[in-house]
Amino acid sequence: MYETIGIWVGAFFTLAIYSFLYKENPIYRLAEHLVVGISLGYTMAITYDITLKPRLIEPLLSGNHWILLVPAVLGILYITRFIPGIAWLSRYPIAFLMGTAMGVSFPLTLKTDVLRQLEAAMQPFYMSGMPWHEIFGNIVMIFGTLAALIYFFFSKPHKGLFFGTGSKIGIWVIMLGFGATFGFTVMGRISLLIGRIQYLLGDWLHLIE
Amino acid sequence: MMISLFMTVLALLQPAIEITDVQDRPNDAGDGLHIYLATPEDTDNFLSYVIYRKEVNQPDNCWQPVMVELFPITGEFIVDGYDPDYLIEPGVEYMFRPATVTISGDTLMGEVFVSPVVSRGEYFNTSEISVFIAGMLFILMIFYYFGKAQKGQQMYLRPIAGIEAIDEAIGRATEMGKPILYVPGLSTISDVATIASLTILGRVARKVAEYQTTLMVPNCDPIVYTVATETVKQAYLEAGRPDAYNEDSVFFMTTSQFAFVAGVNGIMMRERPATNFYLGMFWAESLLLAETGSLTGAIQIAGTDAVTQLPFFITTCDYTLIGEELYAASAYLGREPRQLGAVKGQDACKAIVMALIALGAILSLVYMITGNDSFMFLREMLVSGGAG
Repeated sequence: MYETIGIWVGAFFTLAIYSFLYKENPIYRLAEHLVVGISLGYTMAITYDITLKPRLIEPLLSGNHWILLVPAVLGILYITRFIPGIAWLSRYPIAFLMGTAMGVSFPLTLKTDVLRQLEAAMQPFYMSGMPWHEIFGNIVMIFGTLAALIYFFFSKPHKGLFFGTGSKIGIWVIMLGFGATFGFTVMGRISLLIGRIQYLLGDWLHLIE
Repeated sequence: MMISLFMTVLALLQPAIEITDVQDRPNDAGDGLHIYLATPEDTDNFLSYVIYRKEVNQPDNCWQPVMVELFPITGEFIVDGYDPDYLIEPGVEYMFRPATVTISGDTLMGEVFVSPVVSRGEYFNTSEISVFIAGMLFILMIFYYFGKAQKGQQMYLRPIAGIEAIDEAIGRATEMGKPILYVPGLSTISDVATIASLTILGRVARKVAEYQTTLMVPNCDPIVYTVATETVKQAYLEAGRPDAYNEDSVFFMTTSQFAFVAGVNGIMMRERPATNFYLGMFWAESLLLAETGSLTGAIQIAGTDAVTQLPFFITTCDYTLIGEELYAASAYLGREPRQLGAVKGQDACKAIVMALIALGAILSLVYMITGNDSFMFLREMLVSGGAG
């Protein structure tokens, strides 16, 4: 019984959201407001259940993890935004979070986005027995990386043989990469649509197995 | 019954895996140990193994199964301490006991092994020296150009269409008497793209305040919402129009990705903003947002460093800032010497990276011709982190 109601509700809201394809309408608006409201309420409950309760309240109540008072106080400082006289206190946790995030992400980004890329670009592009398409791919990778980097030079005019031609090749390489990504991602989206149609035609209408 | 008893006894007499050594994991915070195992030659009958651990001074009923792994064992050692439920404490003496589970379900207990070492943390991670050197070099380059810019040296920045169109897009909304929608992405404040977006939001909000246009900034993250509120408020103050600031212009919607999209799409269809900005980090919602914006006829400027989403923005938006163009946008808009110096410094870093790639390619060519793998030292340095 509950399962059937759930399927009908799911089907109704799926069609309500799809009705947006025709135009913005009251049914879509109902679905939109419900999904926004429910998602927010659900997130609050989940945050309490999987973060606040097990990682803050329970350890504090057990009396062993007093260090957790530091993040707790920082968290409470956010709420001072609602009290105009001391609203400035909410800037402290924001500053702490931004500073920490930047400090942590800097070496990580450097490692993953720069050094690992460098390492990959330094692979020997030819080894005996390597198929020709792999050798070609390696050469394209090295020159493509260099050309794409030239495109992202902001302090030089994109003119002349090096910066002009290099950046033109670079943007072609970037666009070719984007084209491949586009096709790949669209395939993923189509599979999501198929899943939803299967739900409507199978679970709801029982027209397909 | 006798046969099954005989089979069980036979199974229990089989050699099981044993622990041969335990060593401290290098370059960590003192929260990991390497366990070396000796495996019998014939492991066909083995399904999995369990590693039990307890502190040396704890009673026998404190053995805890800290690892359960399937056969075969790959690698020279296994790492203990990765499971947050069974952490290794620095400086604590531990003892271990392995147990082998056979396919028939029997458990063969190994010998107790007292760890000869305790886990210790290191102040320096020697495997990350290359990251440290690169980080220092990049910071120095940025500060060098930063100083040059402060001394008044003129810095050239090539034009970027997407950035130059920002003022035009704000002007269009003002002329049409319609609002401007600014989505600062769906990521957290720790994302570089979000920070770049909030800097641009400040510039956009200042222009909006000057032109007295309506601004709408829906947010998906509560902390980004707080910072966005402060940014817009400050921009109105700097523009000399604090009275024009509307508390409702920056608002929090929901943290749920697709609920946020549904909400923003609804706003687009109802309020019909003349200009939409999507600057920051986006995921699967990028096409849904930009496609709806395109339907409303708004001029759209997007920018993100999410490689998988850029194609969608490029196809549906009028202008798209690709990757680093988003980071450079605030320098373009502000034209402050310090920010221009930082962009120049980043260009110098890119030149170093290009030189290293070219050098690496030449060295690998020499390696291919001579067969001497010592020419691959540059790549080896990056792989090993310079730790030798």
